[in-house]
Amino acid sequence: MAEREAPGGAGPGAAPSVPVVVQGPELSREEKLQLRKEKKQQKKKKRNEKGTAAEPPEPGTAADPAQPRVTPHPASPPASANAPNDGEKPPGGKSKAELRAERRAKQEAERAQKQAKKAELGQGAAPAKPRLTPTEAPSVVKRLPEHVQVDDPAAQRKLAKKLERQQVPLRQDYGTKVNLFSHLHQYSRKKPLTQQMSIPSTVIHPAVVRLGLQYSQGIINGSNARCIALLEVFKQLIRDYSTPPNEELSRDLVAKLKPHISFLNQCRPLSVSMGNAIKFLKKEISCLPDTLREEEAKEKLQGTIDNYLREKIVLAAEAISKSAFEKINDNDVILVYGCSSLVNRTLCDAHTQTDRTFRVIVVDSRPRLEGRETLRRLVRHGIHCTYVMINAISYVLPEVSKVLLGAHALLANGSVMSRVGTSQIALVSKAYNVPVLVCCETYKFCERVQTDSFVSNELDDPDDLIVQRKGQAQLGGWAENKSLRLLNLVYDVTPPDLVDLVITDLGMIPCTSVPVVLRVKNVDQQ
Amino acid sequence: MEFQAVVMAAGGGSRMTDLTSSIPKPLLPVGNRPLLWYPLNLLERAGFEEVIVITRKEIQKMLSLDTKMKLDFVYISDNVDMGTADSLRHIHQKIKTDVLVLSCDLITDVDLYKVVDLFRTHDATLSMLMKKAPEPTEVAPGQKGKKKPVEQRDFIGVDDTGKRLLFMANEADLDEELVIKRSILQKHPRMHIRTGLMDAHLYCLKKYVVDFLVENRTITSLRSELIPHLVRKQFSSPTSLQQGLDNKEEGRKKKEQASLDIYSFIKEDNSLLKPAPDNSCWNDHRGDMNETLHEGKVRCYVHIMKEGLCCRVNTLALYIEANRQVPKLLLNLGLEEPLVHGTAQITDRGMVGSDSIIGSSTQIGEKTSIKHSIIGSACTIKDKVKITNCIIMNSVTIEEGCCLQGSVICNNAVIEKGADIKDCLIGSDQRLETKGK
Repeated sequence: MAEREAPGGAGPGAAPSVPVVVQGPELSREEKLQLRKEKKQQKKKKRNEKGTAAEPPEPGTAADPAQPRVTPHPASPPASANAPNDGEKPPGGKSKAELRAERRAKQEAERAQKQAKKAELGQGAAPAKPRLTPTEAPSVVKRLPEHVQVDDPAAQRKLAKKLERQQVPLRQDYGTKVNLFSHLHQYSRKKPLTQQMSIPSTVIHPAVVRLGLQYSQGIINGSNARCIALLEVFKQLIRDYSTPPNEELSRDLVAKLKPHISFLNQCRPLSVSMGNAIKFLKKEISCLPDTLREEEAKEKLQGTIDNYLREKIVLAAEAISKSAFEKINDNDVILVYGCSSLVNRTLCDAHTQTDRTFRVIVVDSRPRLEGRETLRRLVRHGIHCTYVMINAISYVLPEVSKVLLGAHALLANGSVMSRVGTSQIALVSKAYNVPVLVCCETYKFCERVQTDSFVSNELDDPDDLIVQRKGQAQLGGWAENKSLRLLNLVYDVTPPDLVDLVITDLGMIPCTSVPVVLRVKNVDQQ
Repeated sequence: MEFQAVVMAAGGGSRMTDLTSSIPKPLLPVGNRPLLWYPLNLLERAGFEEVIVITRKEIQKMLSLDTKMKLDFVYISDNVDMGTADSLRHIHQKIKTDVLVLSCDLITDVDLYKVVDLFRTHDATLSMLMKKAPEPTEVAPGQKGKKKPVEQRDFIGVDDTGKRLLFMANEADLDEELVIKRSILQKHPRMHIRTGLMDAHLYCLKKYVVDFLVENRTITSLRSELIPHLVRKQFSSPTSLQQGLDNKEEGRKKKEQASLDIYSFIKEDNSLLKPAPDNSCWNDHRGDMNETLHEGKVRCYVHIMKEGLCCRVNTLALYIEANRQVPKLLLNLGLEEPLVHGTAQITDRGMVGSDSIIGSSTQIGEKTSIKHSIIGSACTIKDKVKITNCIIMNSVTIEEGCCLQGSVICNNAVIEKGADIKDCLIGSDQRLETKGK
């Protein structure tokens, strides 16, 4: 789009040949400055050409160069609308009224363009935008999180700077990614983050280093386990923390936690449960009254963490398991997928605490093969189990009476985010008219809205897909083959109409009531 | 603080007395640097800032190392014969966290983080480093004609992943058969037993192991007693659970035994992290109904190096081998000093091989060819000398026309004209007559 800020008649022939940058909505600071300079130069050139010396610079021009450029197509109609207007006016001296009318017309056209642009850009507004365009009404600028902007160099540069400031090493991405997921990180398990750190780690607490390693090597897996481990490590961090002189504990502790959280994020992207726990903890710390001494404050914090653990995770699990096994009837056949600590607990409790007979079909999928762990735990309890892979679900579903699934998070539009394969199971179950029940604690409810599994997901190590059979690894040389990409997705999103019931610690709710729960929770917390 | 590093430099070098009679082992020059420099350099590169060095008093006086780390020297007197475990016990007051124990004769370029990560990730009791030992190809000089002693092989058993250490025994301790406990095989049905591994004597130990050592005074050596004990303990239940056969032997004796069991030293700190593994779906073994890691509290891990340099300078043959490998190592480390020292006066540059190291202030005459050798500082080598595959220490004088091959010449030796030396070990301050063979 060619923005006409040339004062007075810029004939269609004198269209400024400004470089049209067909890019994403965000430009870096340097590029914006450059554009501004170029436009100023061209303005000066035109002014000297026409010889109109007393033209006041347009007030809107200062703001215009800052606006990100859009593709030529939608903006050309307004530009061409300008042209006849400008072309009509005589090139030489105009009357004041004519100039004013001209200016007004220009501003109207620009405002229209801005509206069109706003509708196009949607959520991806640069944070610098509100500052440089004072004429725009202040809109709620939603910032995209860094971990879904891996292919945007500006966002990655900002991340690198932030990590450098916090003295946390930056983990390099590994392997070529599938194009559709090039906006996500993909790390290799064989290159841990500790490679770039000194051995007795000084910046990051050793317990956090150990936790990060356990996350990245897959030793602590599963939403609840990760959150519990995180809170325990935070308790230890708080125990070992001492307020430096002239600092407030409430402010300094949050600042001290930030590098550790960045480190854990680099080891493995934070899960929704971990994110909610961190938000809760930060709020608790900043709400500490200043009158408390350091030991008292630390004890209070440990107490709140223990409470959170007990209420939101342990007691919630008990409540869910109790309401869920009401749903299990005699001679039921229950299908479960993967390894969910909640579902396992429900089934084990149902087996021990009631005398209903039921059997379980465990569905498993590669490459994680988590169903084997579920199988081990259930069989150890004495439950009758069958084990199938996910490609066999349409064969076993005719005999299944209900499907019990776990969730990683519940999104604000009612979708369920869970291990990859869950939406498949929900879809096929719907086709066979089998009820699908999802068990999820309320602390995993998240304010995000997602309708697809592409935007925000996690890419695991692609080398996990390589299978060794008889000493040969078929996909072993995948990196050398330029047209071969391996994709190892971790999560997927199940739409709410495929789920019949969500069992939470607040009761059994339909999927669409999740925003209500979130609203109630927010009110509670305030 | 996460780790404390301890370097054991008090050993006597009992297996190479020819060399160590004049120079203490930590000061033996390898590539013109004292042997102690190599483990200290490894620690410095990894990021350690403080190291505790256990050594003898006279060694510290003779030592001159340029390192940015803070070295804390602990002296043990010559008279007391201390094993490695005894030395750890001696300094146990200084040890406040987990330790990384190194031997002074270790030359390696391993990535330390690999060993330490095993220790951190699995919350292990012990993590150590091993390497596939190279086949001894050449006969060491000075030992021609001697019969080599029977190989003392080590049998190391690792699990399928190659990381968990299941079994360790030395041939000397076994009579005729290798006995493996049934409990090990029940928990790990697939075990790989290897004999060609060399122990690098680099251990990461938890703090409670040091506490255990303090109480248990019968253990004198780390390598031969403590490590096998820990490996065995992985699969045996704590003695407190075992009901004694004679209930009459109560009281003092049983209490002593119980307190010497390592399980009593393991602090119940780990109960913090107990709920997390319960909920996690990771398991280190398959086909078994047991929990992760079989709920064992003692865990030993090993990192087996496949490529890279790792040698221990224990015997003469290994000393020579190390000297051969060191030029490559020094190049990889990217040190600023060139292999040929600046102050060396060499008349014929072309005759000096590319992987030879020449020390400072050495004078080398004309037509002297030097290949694959290491020459110390302040040496004087006259003209027409051919040196191949030799290690020449400091202040050696070699007159004209000599021909040296595959030999080790210690400090201050003088070799007169026309000597022809092959595969010899010449002690320090020796003087070889003219035209000697």
